[in-house]
Amino acid sequence: MNGAGVGVVVELKGITKYFGALLANAAVDLTLRSGEIHALLGENGAGKSTLVKILYGLLAPDSGEIVIGGVPVTLESPRAARAHGIGMVFQHFSLFDEMSVIENIAIPLDGAIANNALRRKVSEKAAQFGLEIELDRPVHTLSAGERQRIEILRALIQEPKVIILDEPTSVLTPSESESLFVTLDKLKAEGASILFISHKLEEVRRLCDRATVLRGGRVVGATDPRRATAKELATLMVGEGIADLNPGAGGEPGAPMLVLDGLSVAPETVHGITLDGIDLVVRSGEIVAVAGVAGNGQSELYNAISGEGGRITGGTISIADRAMNRASINDRRKAGAAFVPEARLGQATLPQSPLSDNIVLSWHATETIGSPFINRERLETVAQGIVRDFDVRIPRSDPVAAHLSGGNLQKYIVGREVKRMPGLIVIDQPSWGVDARAARHIRQTLMDLAAQGTAVLVITQDLDEALSLADSIVVMRKGRLSAARPTRTVTRGEIGLMMTGGARATEGAS
Amino acid sequence: MRLVLVSRRRISRQRQFATPVVALLVALAIGGLIVWLMGRSPWRALQVFVIEPLTDPWALQEVLLKATPLMLISIGLLFCFRASRWNIGAEGQFLLGGICGGGIAILTHGMSGFWIMPLMMIAGMLGGLAYAAIPAVLRTRFGISEILTSLMLVYVADLLLDYLVRGPWRDPKGFNFPQSVSFSDAAVLHPLFEGGRLHLGLVLALVVAAIAFVLFRRTLFGYAVAASGDAPRAANFAGFNEARITVLVFLISGALAGLAGVVEVAGQVQQLRPGFGQGLGFTAIIVAFLGRLTPVGATLSSVVIAVLLIGAESAQVSLKLPYDLTRFFMGLLLTCVLVGESLDRYSLEIQRERT
Repeated sequence: MNGAGVGVVVELKGITKYFGALLANAAVDLTLRSGEIHALLGENGAGKSTLVKILYGLLAPDSGEIVIGGVPVTLESPRAARAHGIGMVFQHFSLFDEMSVIENIAIPLDGAIANNALRRKVSEKAAQFGLEIELDRPVHTLSAGERQRIEILRALIQEPKVIILDEPTSVLTPSESESLFVTLDKLKAEGASILFISHKLEEVRRLCDRATVLRGGRVVGATDPRRATAKELATLMVGEGIADLNPGAGGEPGAPMLVLDGLSVAPETVHGITLDGIDLVVRSGEIVAVAGVAGNGQSELYNAISGEGGRITGGTISIADRAMNRASINDRRKAGAAFVPEARLGQATLPQSPLSDNIVLSWHATETIGSPFINRERLETVAQGIVRDFDVRIPRSDPVAAHLSGGNLQKYIVGREVKRMPGLIVIDQPSWGVDARAARHIRQTLMDLAAQGTAVLVITQDLDEALSLADSIVVMRKGRLSAARPTRTVTRGEIGLMMTGGARATEGAS
Repeated sequence: MRLVLVSRRRISRQRQFATPVVALLVALAIGGLIVWLMGRSPWRALQVFVIEPLTDPWALQEVLLKATPLMLISIGLLFCFRASRWNIGAEGQFLLGGICGGGIAILTHGMSGFWIMPLMMIAGMLGGLAYAAIPAVLRTRFGISEILTSLMLVYVADLLLDYLVRGPWRDPKGFNFPQSVSFSDAAVLHPLFEGGRLHLGLVLALVVAAIAFVLFRRTLFGYAVAASGDAPRAANFAGFNEARITVLVFLISGALAGLAGVVEVAGQVQQLRPGFGQGLGFTAIIVAFLGRLTPVGATLSSVVIAVLLIGAESAQVSLKLPYDLTRFFMGLLLTCVLVGESLDRYSLEIQRERT
């Protein structure tokens, strides 16, 4: 032993990892003790995922040492990591949709089949840690929370000493998160060591005993999250304080810009969601947020509003008082709408085209870009204007879209649409995968836009974002939309209930 | 120890221009090695394959004549390939162009008039266009892979040509050879200058290349084609209609292959006979990729491939090297170019096994 102290299960010493010239981890030290929940905090790109991939044997460090139980080890594969008692629950589930729960648990166990012995063992674990689930249900019939239970059971069945959870609550409703926390507390009481990766500061403060904060691949702090404030943690993560949002003047909303009246849309794919009788009004000068757990029809709603996909089977959609049921996305743009889709690369932009070229995508139908010959000088001037006005950090002049970080590209995309001065902007997941500073910038931009009289519809999975940004909030669940509630009067608990269907989420649906 | 490909953070522009040249040199070196292993002098082979076709005036004209249909077809194919629509059947559209243009020549046999040649060209373009429309419509209406349908239609076109020249269009005075009458004067592309062999076809090809260059560089249509190939969802976000682009790129590609067919039968062959296509429609696929899917690149690589084709003909005679060696060499060249393109984007690194 290296005198590391009592109960140390795993020690990472001086872990360094390069990707080409990019330094992903710089001499990172991390100690995990038994019976603790240890938070690994950091922004996107801070090096959290790289570090846990190294610990789980998916990546090899360029230098540094992994010590398990006092012995230096080499983890050349996840199998080796599991043999050393390290289990992992991924953010994106690795499950076979068409197979049953028990079959999915059996697959990664070497040589195991879904026999009675395994069933008994799984049932025992499930009962012990509050992870009840029907073992014979096919996975595609399960909710995200239930799928995560499979992943956790899969890890637990191998009796791990360390369990890594990568952003486990990002796909869960508030109540599902609560029951996950109960499970984690039980595991901790049993002496397991849990590495909890998150950027949600509130839950880290509630749950975790210790926190290690990464920034730019380096450890910038190790604190007791229960004693630090969320603001202090955020400051550690991003390097300096982030200002609060300035709400706009708060004038009365004006005329309706977007009206969905009983809109029903057939799913685009077999496992897609059917939109069923959606009613929604977004007025000039107001921000409406669509909250909800991912995969409840939000993408379908965005596509139906933008005209990018989906077949309308009932009801109407109108933009600026014009019927738009059969209109193309460009007809909708001509009516004053602007759209920011969920996927930044490959949908909102051409990844390998320069920023100036990417203006054409959403501008060609409504703005002057040159005809018959595209005016490249004008595009470059516009691109420079967006970069300047929206604080887009670029590595060099007019780079291709793929060379921008997520946050900077999103600022650019939002800026591109804002420059068109739209009467309505629909934005799907504005700050997904975006660092805190850029997220704040984007939210402030949307608030300013609303203050100038634009109707803003934000579709988001981030409840904090919905609450901090919107004037009113609606909840999407299983392809239905709740009635709008003013953000000032609604509580998180109420929204949580609406997300899970605990209350009568859809009024009028008996 | 293992080799890994590491993504480059920046793709340098100099590299992008240097890569095809380096690839060509590497392919020449490997080809030379093969020739040496076959017991011939690689220097002599280089002379016959590359240097003579480029220095001898007669051979240079032959090279440009061979390059003409390759340019026309490959520039048409750029539209499809830029849009990630895989038209593998340019050979069939090329044959149909020749059949339709040649059909006009046969129908107007013995007549004269300045209108015959333009009519042949229009007929040839329409023939290639209509033939390319088949896989395009099958894809947009029924979701059938255009790769298979366009390829299979090549064989149909081949057999149609066979039938015509053995049946209804056979030259009555042709001693039962499967070939049509020799075209009249008005249906033949004449040399541009006295004693030469170059005809209007090359001029047409260069004009087409210039137009394609402007379309891709400066117009919304070229942008939409490239966008729909690079990122279909982004093209959808921009409101570019996927089905319309599919049909348009196929029509352009088919019309240019059809024009190439007319140029070939009216310029080189001056009659219809089986196999006038010589597989140039397939070779043009290599040309398009060798030219990195740009009009300038396709124009230059048409000449490079034509040099090899002409060189191969004389290598057969003077070095007794098999003609198949040329096909092998073209494959080698394409492989080198594709490897070079990957190395533009990724660097090869040796990773030591962990200790």
